[in-house]
Amino acid sequence: MAFTLYDKLWNLHEVTQREDGTYLLYIDRHLIHEVTSPQAFEGLKLAGRKPWRISANIATPDHNVPTTDRLKGIEGINDEVAKLQVVTLDNNCKEHEILQFDIHDRRQGIVHVVGPEQGLTLPGMTIVCGDSHTSTHGALATLSMGIGTSEVEHVLATQCLKTSKLKNMRITISGQLQEGVTPKDVTLAVIGRIGTAGGTGYAIEYAGSVIENMSVEGRMTVCNMAIEAGARAGLVAYDRITENYIKNRPFAPKGHQWALAKEQWERLNSDEGAHFDKEIEIDGSSIAPQVTWGTSPEMVCDVDGLIPEPVNESIEHALNYMNLEPGKRIQDIKLDQVFIGSCTNSRIEDLREAAKVLEGKKVSNSIKRAIVVPGSGIVSQQAIEEGLDKIFIESGFEWRAPGCSMCLAMNPDQLGEGEHCASTSNRNFEGRQGYGGRTHLVSPATAAASAVEGHFVDVREYI
Amino acid sequence: MKNSKTFHKGQAVPLNRDNIDTDQIIPKQFLKSIKKSGFGPNLFDAWRYEDEGYPGQEVQERKINKEFVLNQEKYKNSDILVSKKNFGCGSSREHAVWSLMDYGFKVVIAESFADIFYNNCFNNGLLPISLANNEIETLLNLAEQRKEIEIDLQNQIIFSEDNEIAIFEIDPFRKKCILEGLDEIGLSLTHSSEIKVFEKRRAELSPWIFEGKNHEK
Ligand code: SF4
Repeated sequence: MAFTLYDKLWNLHEVTQREDGTYLLYIDRHLIHEVTSPQAFEGLKLAGRKPWRISANIATPDHNVPTTDRLKGIEGINDEVAKLQVVTLDNNCKEHEILQFDIHDRRQGIVHVVGPEQGLTLPGMTIVCGDSHTSTHGALATLSMGIGTSEVEHVLATQCLKTSKLKNMRITISGQLQEGVTPKDVTLAVIGRIGTAGGTGYAIEYAGSVIENMSVEGRMTVCNMAIEAGARAGLVAYDRITENYIKNRPFAPKGHQWALAKEQWERLNSDEGAHFDKEIEIDGSSIAPQVTWGTSPEMVCDVDGLIPEPVNESIEHALNYMNLEPGKRIQDIKLDQVFIGSCTNSRIEDLREAAKVLEGKKVSNSIKRAIVVPGSGIVSQQAIEEGLDKIFIESGFEWRAPGCSMCLAMNPDQLGEGEHCASTSNRNFEGRQGYGGRTHLVSPATAAASAVEGHFVDVREYI
Repeated sequence: MKNSKTFHKGQAVPLNRDNIDTDQIIPKQFLKSIKKSGFGPNLFDAWRYEDEGYPGQEVQERKINKEFVLNQEKYKNSDILVSKKNFGCGSSREHAVWSLMDYGFKVVIAESFADIFYNNCFNNGLLPISLANNEIETLLNLAEQRKEIEIDLQNQIIFSEDNEIAIFEIDPFRKKCILEGLDEIGLSLTHSSEIKVFEKRRAELSPWIFEGKNHEK
């Protein structure tokens, strides 16, 4: 029998079927952050229950933490309500002895950057987190899904997720990407093609030569936005690139266990002839740099495209909100802010990609603010060692401390009303980056080049 | 007439748009709360008010956006929400469900739902119903005409003035949970011994996953 990667991961973790027909799926790793966990710990306490397996849980605060003034730690959070949330995470972790990379820890960062970086995300695992972008971890041949707070409580209490099986979809991206086209453009192009509900009910496996030749960081960018295509999980098969990425990470298995693990991981791919409920093929060489123009990630087009006609109420509403005229050139959109960061694009490769474009150039005077927020303390440290921070600072970017920052603007990093922002994050929803803010999702390279010009540019002509 | 089987009867408010995301349902500044209640006043905050809201603010002092459906006089006291494709997409925040319920919604009807949101609804007792496009159009019309809508969950039928409007699908167990309010965790814990056996076997097979905590820096 031929199995897909998703089927194999499922079979490795299926504990039992409950009488209602749903399954209990064993969870190897549970990632926790401050926003979606307090009510779960509270529920646990009220019911007199305890976490099932402490060592499965890893926590770090990311959504609320400020990206300036970090030396003060929790005291540096001026917003009292946000502070309480971070303190609550601290207290819950201490009470249950859960390993936390707290606000003072140099390993602190966005939970989806920290997991893989520390070797806490390992092939063959099931991983959940009260955060929809948990799909990111699927890049390392894991089955990883975002869950709600009730499910967080369920996983804490039972070490299992109550769930039903997803359908299998494979998206094959063949050929080779053009110079200047990045994993972010690939994932946006996929969403443009299948829509934000195209993956609902599916686990999407990304395959084909473009993915095979992509780094793990790039694969994470692609899987990160599987949820924006409606899929709870994104997946990429295990290969040498995955192996080399994991080797020697702090929490990765060592010695004899490494050999044993590798042997098991080798099987983490879809068998020849495995059945997919849906197959999509995309020619990688036809993908251009992507820019979103609306308020849903599916409202996206090539950088040399035009704002479309408002053919339905959703588009009309979006164009109104974005204050864009049909027929206007994407490249004529003037930018106010630029944000490089988020769990989509804040890893070392992303920073290198942007720095390469920025080297020796200056951010346009018309840009009010450009910030770069590394995904973790470790990314930040690495970037500093490589001198990337200097390139950013000299070009006019602000170099910040790690966290989610302006991806969802829960901390003070926000767009002003009506401002247009080139952002490397994953959601262009209304108000996502600040009340009345207008977000355009792009790759780090496009964000950097557009910062220099003050409007969108085709980075293929820029490098 | 069908009262004994009525799960809910009420008036609907039409939110005639695709892709209503959880950032719209409850904007991020309100996620800082560590409670499950009190989100109702900030449901659809950016659409309901003309200013930018912040947690702990007095709602009475805010300027209301009279255009937004929820604020229109005719839709006051509606407790059924009707919308279109991919309702609840975006973040996994359960706060979206908590705020819909805190506001008073009992049922959300849409053409389709995002997966995580759909699960979150059931975990809190908010009934999500998905219907075909033409049925949604009918309901949007009924909402505008202020017709009463009646949901018979037992038989999975939606009525209006005794006319059958639609038949809907729902997983039988989930139906039971909404009707009886079961303790999901308690139910899963009845499988504790199976989980333990599974866990032991997994630890033997892939021991590196079960390594203890490593506090080294
Ligand atoms: S960076 Fe953005 S998308 Fe990623 S976890 Fe943080 S808030 Fe969510």
